[in-house]
Amino acid sequence: MPSGARPLLVVNEIEAYYGRVCALHSVSLEVAEGSVVALLGANGAGKTTTLRVISGLLRPTSGSFEFDGKRIDGWSPDRLVRAGIVQVPEGRQIFAELTVRENLLLGGYARRDLGAARQEAPRVFDYFPRLRERLQQRAGTLSGGEQQMLAIGRALMARPRLLVLDEPSLGLAPMLVKEIFRVISEIRAAGTTVLLVEQNAHMALDVADRAYVLETGRVILSDRSAALRQREEVRRAYLGH
Amino acid sequence: MLSVTPDVLIDLPWGQLLVNGLALGSLYALTAFGIVLIYKTTQVITFAQGETAMFSTFVAFTLLTAFQLPFAVAFALTLLFAGLFGALIERVVLRRISTTTVLNPVIVTVGLSLILLGGAGWIWGYEIRTFPDPVVGPPFRFGTIVLSQLNALIFVVTLVLMTILFAFFRFSPTGIAMRAVAENRMAAQLMGISIGRMNALGWGMGTAMGAVTGMLIAPINYLDPSMMGDVALKAFAAAVVGGLTSLPGAVVGGLLLGIVDSVAGFEAPELRNSIAFALIVIVLVVRPAGLLGRRETKKV
Repeated sequence: MPSGARPLLVVNEIEAYYGRVCALHSVSLEVAEGSVVALLGANGAGKTTTLRVISGLLRPTSGSFEFDGKRIDGWSPDRLVRAGIVQVPEGRQIFAELTVRENLLLGGYARRDLGAARQEAPRVFDYFPRLRERLQQRAGTLSGGEQQMLAIGRALMARPRLLVLDEPSLGLAPMLVKEIFRVISEIRAAGTTVLLVEQNAHMALDVADRAYVLETGRVILSDRSAALRQREEVRRAYLGH
Repeated sequence: MLSVTPDVLIDLPWGQLLVNGLALGSLYALTAFGIVLIYKTTQVITFAQGETAMFSTFVAFTLLTAFQLPFAVAFALTLLFAGLFGALIERVVLRRISTTTVLNPVIVTVGLSLILLGGAGWIWGYEIRTFPDPVVGPPFRFGTIVLSQLNALIFVVTLVLMTILFAFFRFSPTGIAMRAVAENRMAAQLMGISIGRMNALGWGMGTAMGAVTGMLIAPINYLDPSMMGDVALKAFAAAVVGGLTSLPGAVVGGLLLGIVDSVAGFEAPELRNSIAFALIVIVLVVRPAGLLGRRETKKV
């Protein structure tokens, strides 16, 4: 990571509840502009909850956020999207009844500028040529891998400053996982900052500059990816050796 | 007309009953469309669709009589009123209602319908009034079939509205966004779509469609606070028969119910509602999700 890069997203001591269950105790993290940051952890560690809070779907009970130097606490999901934080949710959540084209169009909805959204489409097709062939098809008829491509492509249509990916490799064949991660690297190379939640710690640490490890709603470790890879507890718990 | 055949069905003036049924069915379809639109967008089944329509029709009546506006102008202004009225109901009332149980919004919309019923009576009185005819002139004749000017207007308005709405949902970003909200609210939010705005828009559009029905049926029947009771019930049934989640289903259900109503009303007027609702029960027993409805699959 370029060490002098300023943080694009700062999360300060977030606490969040689902009903009465405390899901996040105190999570703090920083995502430097232009970097890829990974959140690792077992199921139920609070990774997805952290992302829900960042995208405004879940209100934290305490803590604060900054995006690009501005406080963004309490912003609605649509306002956060307009500010440039765009999430690809877990399980893709594409609009199955709509066509691929309509899904992509909605990705650019927040920009209120269809012309600008159209300019974005060629870039998306560069990453995922298969989407161009399937434009008129109902998104529900796509394969799992194609649906993940559509979910990422749809998010890119908003031209995010921070692209938030929740388990992009979940349920995909190894070939497709590789392709998705190749595209994540390309997206970053094109200047978009990425925050990534991933079960596949190997792939995540390969692509990320920095990673945070969550356990039961707390950050227990954070470091540069290369350094984390050497840590005994990470090797044992997440890398399987 | 005397007939030598004992088969009573052959005696029926089928063409005429069909035309009348389709006209009535168009009105059911418009109202049902509004109910389904509101349900799909906001996940609230409204029981106030008839009364918001009635209230809007009284507004149209005031514009036509007290202000002496031409029908087209009064029609347009009433649509605008109904749209804002629906959006206001969403903003002020439904947005604040907890949806943790499905019953809350049901009770609220039932309450709303009663409030509007009393409110309209209080403002305009309970006496039965005649609503000015939007069109006058001799009916059109096609062979033995007679098409009144008003029924012709109903067909034209319904066709034009359906075409506009079809194009809106198919081609406009806002229409596509409404379909996205109907399918997956969470994902729609992540696209930067404001759920609150879409809810208000759904209510506004749905209420405006009811108002169209009110303004077209008042010249046929009469104008009083209870004018929409029967129509709203049939529209509701049409929406359910069509599948409640399907906009084309609402149209099919409405037209079907209109035809049944027309035929049954000619043959056995006292059994009209019984036959119509028996049909609904049969449809729902045979196809629980309605004619064009999809089985609800719960997403986690």
